Amino acid sequence: MNAALVIIFAVMLLALLLGLRASRGRDMDLEQWSVGGRGFGTIFVFLLLAGEIYTTFTFLGGSGWAYSKGGPAFYILCYGALAYVMSYWLLPVIWRYGTEHRLVSQSDFFSSKYRSPYLGVLVSLVGVIAMVPYLVLQLTGLGIIVSEASYGSISSNVAILIGTVVLTVYVMVSGIRGSAWTAVLKDITILVVAVFLGLYLPIHYYGGIGDMFSAIQTARPGFLALPGTGLSASWFISTVLLTSFGFYMWPQFFGATFSAHNERVFRRNAIALPLYQLILLFIFFVGFAAILQVPGLKGASGDLSLLRLVKLAFPPWLVGIVGAAGVLTAMVPGSMLLMTSATVLSNNVFSVFAPAATQRQVGNLARALVPVLAAIALLFTFRGGSAIVSLLLAGYSLVTQLFPALMASLPRRPLVTKEAAATGIIAGVLTVAYLTISGSTVATLFPGLPQWIKDLNVGIVALVVNLAAMAVVTVVMRALSGAGAGTSPAPIPAREPAGAGDRGRS
Amino acid sequence: MRPVYWLAALPFLGLLGGIPFANRVTPFVLGLPFILFWIVVWVILTSVIMWVIYSLDPANRGGEPR
Repeated sequence: MNAALVIIFAVMLLALLLGLRASRGRDMDLEQWSVGGRGFGTIFVFLLLAGEIYTTFTFLGGSGWAYSKGGPAFYILCYGALAYVMSYWLLPVIWRYGTEHRLVSQSDFFSSKYRSPYLGVLVSLVGVIAMVPYLVLQLTGLGIIVSEASYGSISSNVAILIGTVVLTVYVMVSGIRGSAWTAVLKDITILVVAVFLGLYLPIHYYGGIGDMFSAIQTARPGFLALPGTGLSASWFISTVLLTSFGFYMWPQFFGATFSAHNERVFRRNAIALPLYQLILLFIFFVGFAAILQVPGLKGASGDLSLLRLVKLAFPPWLVGIVGAAGVLTAMVPGSMLLMTSATVLSNNVFSVFAPAATQRQVGNLARALVPVLAAIALLFTFRGGSAIVSLLLAGYSLVTQLFPALMASLPRRPLVTKEAAATGIIAGVLTVAYLTISGSTVATLFPGLPQWIKDLNVGIVALVVNLAAMAVVTVVMRALSGAGAGTSPAPIPAREPAGAGDRGRS
Repeated sequence: MRPVYWLAALPFLGLLGGIPFANRVTPFVLGLPFILFWIVVWVILTSVIMWVIYSLDPANRGGEPR
């Protein structure tokens, strides 16, 4: 075992101990385990939300895309900033409603707003399915880090297995408090490591950041901007818009939202989080520095570029520290994902079909589901082959389908019926599934359209289908209830959608 | 809808609407390719804008809500 691996395993152990310490002495019912008893202030919520941002996705995927795609990678810097702007208004509304009704998950929110536990079941399933590629991405990252840091002595599959076991144990012992404390450790490490690497490597290999970009521009003119076709400006804009809509649709964000102790926490975070994003800049610098130093990493191997360059430049112990930072960026979000999937499956799917189950049984089931979900993600990871950014974009396309139904639910009384919301979500998700499985793009679907439309992110198509389905069902149901009103002795007002009668007191 | 909330449209204009015009490598500004420089400036401006909105928003006055 080399110095790099010793450091990485030591940090994994430290994270486990922090998790154990955080949970000791508390009675961990479901509310404690998943939303920390709703007692978190600005700093903790900041770290939980920021912890979701600095994941393996940014660490390895961000540098990987800078390395293999160039300019298009900059989209990662934009969507968060726009999502934070929206969060200023969105999160306080969600938090207020969630706290009033003692909700612990996103599915609770949909069930309660639309007064339909089955809509909650649907939302849970969409969320859990979307989280699979996200979780696969964290496990892929863990695997890459451990196997690269072992200098070839641990195969990538064994490394992924080790990472999954550590993650599973970690989630089972600690819950959200463990995530918050490890998030502190993670954010400090990633900050130091990213800034150090992002400054040192360009200076060491090129003489400076400006010199590095000039060298890349000379070697590959135009690589640092967006190409004219494919990942073009219209791809960029549609992707940023889509992912910023999807940003807070991730189920684990809802959990983190409910952990805040007041709503001003979110408004403050909306100021600080865009700036915090700028750490990404340094991660991009590392990916760019790798272009001319470790050339030849093709496709998904681009994700290796950061670690390959670090191994080239530094002794094993420093590789270990960088690897340890990477491990933490996978463990914190990974644990949030696992915990959230397990909570919603047991609380919002199982309980709906087994209403007699006690709170304790539901909580125990949530814990028992953690290893099961980890095993499923593990299977997908072994099949692998996708670049980290592609995995995240797939998850985003799915989870963004919840956005129209969420927005429609925000007024005191939802703008559409539960049937319309469900139809929209199902239509959107099926479209995403079809587009992903058939490998379609807007260009293959509509070859005759102008280039800028062909470059649009294909998720937009699914979102349009989703909205159209929702609108059609709403219009049809209104027409039906209007027609029914003509023959009924006590006419329902025409603007009242059918099935909305029981919602009057919300 | 408070008028100051309209400021929140600016980041969208800068980071989405501005991209087709800022999509170029040169001139380098502070060593960064032009498009990256543009994005970084807008991310910083986003923070500033949110700070302005926060300080002018009456919802954030008074004591800490419970």
